[in-house]
Amino acid sequence: MNRYTWRTFILEAVMVLVGVLFFLPVYILVNLALKTPDDQSSPLAPVTNITFQNFSDAWSQANLGQALLTSAFVTVFSVLIIVAISALAAYPLARVTKRWSKWLFFVFMLGLLLPFQLALIPLYTTIRDLGLLGNPISLVLYYAGLQVPFSVFLYTGFIRAVPLDYEEAAAIDGAGPLRSFFSVIFPLVRPITGTVIILNVLHVWNDFLTPLLYLSGSNQQTVPVALFSFVSQYVSQWNLVFAGLVITIAPILIAYFAMQNTIIKGFASGLKG
Amino acid sequence: MSSAERQSVAVAEAAAPVPPLDRRTRKFTARRIGTVPWWFVVPALVFFLFVVLWPSVQGAAYAFTNWDGLSATKDFVGLAQFERLLKDPGGVGAVVHTLLIAFAITVVQNLIGLLLALGVHSKIKSRNILRVALFTPAVITPVATGYLWKYLMTPDGAINQILGFFGLGALQHDWLGDADIALWSIVATVVWQFAGYSMVIFLAGLQGVPEDVLEASRIDGAGPFRRFWYVVRPELAPAITINLMLSIIGGLKLFDQVWVMTSGGPGTSTDTMSTLIYKNAFQFGDFSYGIAMALVLTAFVAILSTAQYKLLGKQGGTK
Repeated sequence: MNRYTWRTFILEAVMVLVGVLFFLPVYILVNLALKTPDDQSSPLAPVTNITFQNFSDAWSQANLGQALLTSAFVTVFSVLIIVAISALAAYPLARVTKRWSKWLFFVFMLGLLLPFQLALIPLYTTIRDLGLLGNPISLVLYYAGLQVPFSVFLYTGFIRAVPLDYEEAAAIDGAGPLRSFFSVIFPLVRPITGTVIILNVLHVWNDFLTPLLYLSGSNQQTVPVALFSFVSQYVSQWNLVFAGLVITIAPILIAYFAMQNTIIKGFASGLKG
Repeated sequence: MSSAERQSVAVAEAAAPVPPLDRRTRKFTARRIGTVPWWFVVPALVFFLFVVLWPSVQGAAYAFTNWDGLSATKDFVGLAQFERLLKDPGGVGAVVHTLLIAFAITVVQNLIGLLLALGVHSKIKSRNILRVALFTPAVITPVATGYLWKYLMTPDGAINQILGFFGLGALQHDWLGDADIALWSIVATVVWQFAGYSMVIFLAGLQGVPEDVLEASRIDGAGPFRRFWYVVRPELAPAITINLMLSIIGGLKLFDQVWVMTSGGPGTSTDTMSTLIYKNAFQFGDFSYGIAMALVLTAFVAILSTAQYKLLGKQGGTK
């Protein structure tokens, strides 16, 4: 059972082949971004004459510096708000057993079923009337609300699983509910905070449709939108386009490879329940 | 309740991710630590009401008007927008495409994700690096993967080159330019991106499969399929539920990849409900028609995800 048999070897060979096939597009992406536009070799052939010209061209022509800053601003602030308000809201939802608590949890979960397309258009008019179109703050507000149901769902499940003994001890020592939350509950649920952060960072950083609507016409674009308008202009210059793609997915990929174990574990531990 | 009993309740709670508190524990809770104040939910509730609940209610109401999104007048028109949708071949087509996409993604992505998880959850030496490699596409911006595959799928792109190299020229296609296969090319892109996502969730479920039971059933002569069905599958039930839910909802809402790869074309062959909602509301100035479509999409999401939850949840999927 625990030996490495010839069956294991065949499985290993098949899986490595599948892994290579899966990774091939990512390889082509980086490979092509490093080639000069007049390099006629197959996209699969490794680059021989490395150039970084595509990267500097894409950087300046797509205004990627600005886009990365805007995306970073939106991601950091919306995820901070999401974590703070969702964890706080999940605490009574997990602990209070009165009727209002159950109903409120149900109302939040209703949000999981409502596709954002339904709210998209009315919310667009509200944001327009508030004069926030073109302002990245509109996106921070939007994600903070949109991601509440899922984050509350994860936090509530996790807090319910925390034994009551710690809060009792804190209560006996005279801690109020706010103190209990910050000194006892929040530190105890750190694993799920990791999951909530990972899932929300991915969602906010990668989202396309909402920033396309709310920031259109302004010079502050998020990364996916900047990429979209950049590619519309340079549609057949794939070397340039791919350099742009590499730059914009680099921050996420670097973070992912640096913390892959934490990310995969955190991702799964929050979702498997 | 003795402290030993409390201990066991705590252990049981820690083991099950979302345990319903039993009656005794509930009374106990209320008596001993008092109540957590209700105002803790206020900040989250304010954001949620402002961004999700109220606009959704508004949206549902606008679907019964003829508002164009700009003018001050809006008249109640009853079900007229929905009748339009039924008579609009483009609208019906988008509904069909959306359901096909959601179905295909749900089946294929989860099947591949499950096979990958079973392959990686084994004694092979490359399992850690494979897990990282297979999950990589899932973290990439969908707009970027859309462009990447748009390039790979061009008539002289990498896919046709590889097929030609292996003498499979007969299989070469204009993957995104042919109205008959463009939809499936988009499905393939989404499956490539998120199969690793399903895999990781299945892997977490596989951690709970008891090795000794697996070993015992092997000794008793159960083949790989029986072992999977009777020993592994029950442990995987929660992972299956969450995976199906995520891919059904993701498939029904699909926008980014479609918009980037085909914008609904060629013709209207890859229009989904999401792309048509966007086109109607923001390009054709037909706000309330777009919203009527969004309401139909909402109904699909609600019906399909509740149905699968009910069906699988009964089998212990929500333990």
